[in-house]
Amino acid sequence: MSMSFVILGLLSAGPLHGYELKRAHDQRMPQAKPAAFGQVYASLGRLERDGLVTPSGHDQAGGPERTAFGITEAGRAALDGWLGEIEPPAPHVTSALLTKVTVALLAAGEQRARTYLSAQRHAHAARLREYTRLKTEKGIRFADLIAADYAIAHLNADLVWLQTTLDRVADLRREVTQ
Amino acid sequence: MTQMLYGRGVVKSYGRTQALRGVTVTVAEGEIVAVTGPSGCGKSTLLLCLAGILRPDAGEVGYRERRIDGWSETARARLRRSDFGVLFQFGQLVTEMPAAENIALPLLLAGARRREARTAAMTWLERLGIAHLADSRPGEMSGGEQQRTALARALVTEPRVLFADEPTGALDSLAGEQVLGQLVRVAREQQTTVVLVTHDARVAGYADREIVLRDGVLDPSGLGLAGAVVAG
Repeated sequence: MSMSFVILGLLSAGPLHGYELKRAHDQRMPQAKPAAFGQVYASLGRLERDGLVTPSGHDQAGGPERTAFGITEAGRAALDGWLGEIEPPAPHVTSALLTKVTVALLAAGEQRARTYLSAQRHAHAARLREYTRLKTEKGIRFADLIAADYAIAHLNADLVWLQTTLDRVADLRREVTQ
Repeated sequence: MTQMLYGRGVVKSYGRTQALRGVTVTVAEGEIVAVTGPSGCGKSTLLLCLAGILRPDAGEVGYRERRIDGWSETARARLRRSDFGVLFQFGQLVTEMPAAENIALPLLLAGARRREARTAAMTWLERLGIAHLADSRPGEMSGGEQQRTALARALVTEPRVLFADEPTGALDSLAGEQVLGQLVRVAREQQTTVVLVTHDARVAGYADREIVLRDGVLDPSGLGLAGAVVAG
C-alpha cells in the first residue's frame, strides 16, 4: 500500500534504517498520523522480499545493531510507476454520511435526519475553521499549508452536499420509505 | 467584549421586494464576522445598512452605542470616511490612477497633505507585499493585485470596521486566499472589526463567527449554505 511507496520515496535520497525512516515519515508527510514502528518494519520486510529495497549496511552506535536499507533499481521503477498512477476519481457514494442519513430516514424519520445533518454540518464547519486558522498562522510550513488546502476543499464539498441534502430530505424520505 | 455594531429589527425593501424582514445582530469589537446565506437572502443589504450606506425602512442601526440610521447622509458619509473601510468584489479603483495614488485618495479626501498621504500609501503597499505596484495602474495589474490595492485603500485610514462584500468573489482561489489571508492578518494585528459577506464556506472559514440569513431573516436553524453558526 502507500506506506511502502512512502518508504521508497524516502529512501530515494539515500539509505536509512527503520528508526530514521519512521522519523523522516513523521517529519515529512504533512498531517499524517505518526507511523508505527511495526508498520515500517513490516513494509520494509515486504519491500526486501520483493527486491525493491536491499540491506546496505549496519551500524551499532552504542545500541543494538541496525540495518540500513537502500532502494534498488526495481524499487525506483516501482516508485516511478506508482507516482504515475491516477487515483480513482470515484465519488464516495458509500460514505458514512450518506449511510447515516438513509438509516435515520428509515428508522427515525425526517426530523431525525435533519437533526443529524445539521449537527454534522456544525462539526464540519468547525473543522473547516480550524484548518483555516492553521493556514493563517505565521510561518506555517508549505507541506502543512497544502495539506490544509486539501482538507478544506473536501470539507467544503461535504458542506455543500450536507446543505443540498438538507433541502432534499423530504424527497429522499419519500423514496427510502416507499 | 465591547459591542461595535448592532442592527435591531432591521427592515429594508427594494420596491415590492423585501430584502430584510427584521434582522437583529450584534458585532463585537475586533470580531471577524461572516454574513452568509444563499443568493438573494439579504446579506449584502445587511452589510450596506450596518455600514450606514443604506438607510433601513424600519428598525435601528448603531455604531459604538450611537444610533446612526437617523443621521443625515452627510453625517453618515463623514462617519464612513473616518471610521469605516469598504471592500467590494471589484471596481473600486480609479482606473486612471496608479496604485499609490488610489490608496492615498481616502486620506486626501479627508484633508491629509499629499506627502503624508503618499507615505501612508507606500507603507500599506509594502505591508501587503505589493510595493512594486506603486506606479502601476489598475489595468496593468492582475485581479488579485487590484484587490490587494483595494484592500490597502480600505485600510489606509485605519478604520475601526472593515466591511467586505464578496471580496474574493472575482478571483481565482490562490489570489483569493492571498487577499483573505492578508485581510485577516491585518485585522487581527490592528483589532479591526470585520463584517465579511460571502456565500462560500471556505471564505466564511476565516471568520470567528457566522451570521446566517435566509429569505431576509436570520436562519432559524442557525445554518446556511456556508455552514454553521459557531461561537467565536
